[in-house]
Amino acid sequence: MNLRINGEDREVANNLSLKELVTQLDLPPERIAIELNQNVVRRADWPSTGLKENDQVEIVHFVGGGEPVSSRQ
Amino acid sequence: MSTAVLAKADRLIIGDRTFVSRLIIGTGKYRSYDEMKAAHRASGAEMVTVAVRRVPLDRSAESFLDHLDPAMQLLPNTAGCYTAEEAIRTARLAREALQTDLIKLEVIGDQTTLFPDNEQTLEAAAVLAKEGFTVLPYFTDDLIMAKKLLDVGCPAVMPLAAPIGSGLGIQNPANLRIMREQLPEATIIVDAGVGTASDAAIAMELGADAVLMNTAIAEAQDAAKMAQAMKLAIEAGRLAYLAGRMSKRLYASASSPHTGVAR
Repeated sequence: MNLRINGEDREVANNLSLKELVTQLDLPPERIAIELNQNVVRRADWPSTGLKENDQVEIVHFVGGGEPVSSRQ
Repeated sequence: MSTAVLAKADRLIIGDRTFVSRLIIGTGKYRSYDEMKAAHRASGAEMVTVAVRRVPLDRSAESFLDHLDPAMQLLPNTAGCYTAEEAIRTARLAREALQTDLIKLEVIGDQTTLFPDNEQTLEAAAVLAKEGFTVLPYFTDDLIMAKKLLDVGCPAVMPLAAPIGSGLGIQNPANLRIMREQLPEATIIVDAGVGTASDAAIAMELGADAVLMNTAIAEAQDAAKMAQAMKLAIEAGRLAYLAGRMSKRLYASASSPHTGVAR
């Protein structure tokens, strides 16, 4: 199925959970946060949150800075 | 009064948190992680601000946070947001990732000046304060706006001194003085515009409770040295404010007795 992750279209296996997506993307699970269709999903709920076709996923972490850039525009 | 004595008696209060250092630092624009770490150490700061961004999906993302002293309080910011809605979403993500209620709220109105959109900032501040965030809003140095932000539940306000990253120094000292005099109980943190140590000292002498800065340290030729200069300037400015300066007068006033001069 197709997901839109951080603004990019990605093909992933069907019936994936959010937790499995994080593992597949090889992301360090600490100190990241995830929005599914514009709502934050708590870390504890990642394993039980199923993904479906055309879901919008935003995965963020922390970087140096404070000055605005337009990466989220 | 020594610095140690000052530290015991005089703390920066933000909501239910207290800090000895009145310098809050940033993490952007450094030429290397080593330089940033040295500057952070030299600054004596206890709180450091970090930005929230999308994780890159195609390369391994090392954690930037590993380069920060774990003893420092992280202050996530909403830099890069242009609407209240974006800032609210970013704040919620930051809280989930870091398990902190602290948020430096920035809603920018214009890319050239990076001036804040005060209306959007107030709207976001009200929502986030209701959700239990400790909201530190960046806003134009305006007393009425400061009052509104405090009224919606911000425990501190962060007026700009000059455009972000400009290094122009305190452009409108009268506004800061008025804000201090009219809001004696408020925690006022000067955010943005400081260029060198004297600017930081002036902000503190005007009665600011703290100064947040990034570029002035990161873009100095020797970042660690400038960080130390800022630390000392902020301590000096705070002491001068607490001491209460002499009145200015137009004419000379001799320090030595007028009588008994040998002729």
